[in-house]
Amino acid sequence: MSDTALPRHSSRGYSVRSLPGFAVIALFTIFALYAPILILVAYSFNAGNSLAIWEGFSLKWYAQAAQNSAVIDAAIRSLYLALSAAGVATVAATMAALATTRTRRFPGKTMIYALINQPLMVPEIVTAVALLIVFAWIKVATGYTSMIYLIAAHTAFCVPFAYLPIRARLETMDYTLETAARDLYATPMQVFMRVTLPQMWPGIIAGMMLAFVISMDDVVITEFVKSAGQETIPTYMLGQLRRVVTPEVNAISTVILAAGAILVSLFFWLSRERR
Amino acid sequence: MQHQAQPMPSTDSADDVAVDVDRISKIFQGEDEVRALDDVSVAIRRNEFFTLLGPSGCGKTTLLRVIAGFEPPTMGALRLGGRDISRLPPNKRPINTVFQNYALFPHMSVANNIAFGLEMLGKPKGEIQTIVYDMLKLVQMEHLKARRTSEISGGQQQRVALARALAPKPEVLLLDEPLSALDLKLRKEMQIELKRLQHETGITFIFVTHDQEEALTMSDRIAVMNAGKILQVGSPRDIYERPAERFVANFIGESNFLDATLNGHTVTLKAGGRFQASPPAGVADGAVSVLVRPEHGQVRMGEAAEGELAATIDTVVYSGEATTVHLRLTTGELFKAKMPNTPSEDGRSIEQGAAAALSIAPGAVTVLKD
Repeated sequence: MSDTALPRHSSRGYSVRSLPGFAVIALFTIFALYAPILILVAYSFNAGNSLAIWEGFSLKWYAQAAQNSAVIDAAIRSLYLALSAAGVATVAATMAALATTRTRRFPGKTMIYALINQPLMVPEIVTAVALLIVFAWIKVATGYTSMIYLIAAHTAFCVPFAYLPIRARLETMDYTLETAARDLYATPMQVFMRVTLPQMWPGIIAGMMLAFVISMDDVVITEFVKSAGQETIPTYMLGQLRRVVTPEVNAISTVILAAGAILVSLFFWLSRERR
Repeated sequence: MQHQAQPMPSTDSADDVAVDVDRISKIFQGEDEVRALDDVSVAIRRNEFFTLLGPSGCGKTTLLRVIAGFEPPTMGALRLGGRDISRLPPNKRPINTVFQNYALFPHMSVANNIAFGLEMLGKPKGEIQTIVYDMLKLVQMEHLKARRTSEISGGQQQRVALARALAPKPEVLLLDEPLSALDLKLRKEMQIELKRLQHETGITFIFVTHDQEEALTMSDRIAVMNAGKILQVGSPRDIYERPAERFVANFIGESNFLDATLNGHTVTLKAGGRFQASPPAGVADGAVSVLVRPEHGQVRMGEAAEGELAATIDTVVYSGEATTVHLRLTTGELFKAKMPNTPSEDGRSIEQGAAAALSIAPGAVTVLKD
């Protein structure tokens, strides 16, 4: 293969921007990604009942959603669920990340990776059906129905999302820092508390936020696992769509979008401060 | 404590030995077995600036890591002041390390980095403050104590790493090529600085480097390593002037190797000339290889007289303070002679291709083991 025929990053003056069609593809991609969201946000401010006909600006759907006890109820449940699941999953993921990066190579390490990341590979619907069956047995056997089933299910599929950023952080961290701490009379626990953990924080926070967002967003598993009266925001919205569709759904979506954007910005700001 | 500038007699009494490496081997199991250390024994004395010198992959860093406790030896024993510490974890050994990349804690200030080891030892707060202050002064970093380690230069990071490792007053300080990341000028400064620190603290320094000049400049004694073995231990003078093997001679300084015949204490060069030499133990009479350093050869234009070697001039290389003349001897062997330049003689008179006479200084011929 000829070396000179390839576009090289190192050579000054080369940039992917000079490839034919760059601008067209970029513009189309941005449009395809963001236009639907912009339309959704715009119609959340519609004065009328329609998702298609603009009848003027109004905040009435926000007001209506805020007064709808079903929405408030579902929102509180979603938050409770996402915080619990993300919290537990992050602790588990942190331990898993430490065990797979801060140990000597051991046989079966690749297998462990696969097991930890299993929720990313097994189709969600399969997990949902499997959990439905198992939880049904337990519910019948114990007669106990509570949020614990949802929290357990969400924790399980949140683990890999929390694990990946934490592991990535650990892998970029200089291992000799821990060696140096050992050299300076720190016990293994002191090494972890004083050197490893303080530097892992950006990864842990990123992992937790990702897990939180994934849990907030989940429909499939929640729909299968939830007991009667355990609507979360996504399952509530799905239920609404089956009946009358009003811009109230847009309003709720917009609020979730804004909350997500704030969360992500906060993370970037936090991680910059830490450097 | 007194600084030991002169090499001590070679018989080490147990009191003099700080670190006793006793027949240590380190084998890394992998796809193929790597013998990083092969039955290594060496006694490092108290208060000594001891250097492990060798090319990359020779095992010098592995030996350092075994002494620090980061790698357990596969075989052999490691004693510190007579006590076996082979199985102690690094945090239980009164030995500190200056790492090649410094390994400063990026989330702590300069002062907190230096205080770390003292805190882990559970020293009282007041004492820690005093020691940290003393250390900052020792490495001339008082003005930067509140800085993050990412906000100071490479040379300053080096000083912090030294202060951090010295603060707990270890019995032995290990230095893993600490100067390799610095530019030449800073490196020269730090060489002097390190000697000063060793002198002032009275701590045994074990220094790892692949830079032979650095080793010669700084060390009380040097161990030359290759392929997991220690080839020779001695003062810089011993190592340079009396290398035991071809590898040592070649690795340290520039060398001419010549074929010769040994008969008792008399060496007869194949290219001519007879010299007195004291061969190392275990070298039998007969064909041997000898070493002559380039600066011990003197070149004169014209025909060779009695006691001189006939040669032709191959090339002449001028390098400022000296001129190196590459000669071809009558045997076809090449010889480099390096002569200092003076106002009257700066190599200009030496003509390429012309006949010349080489004289080798008495005592300059060293018989090698191999």
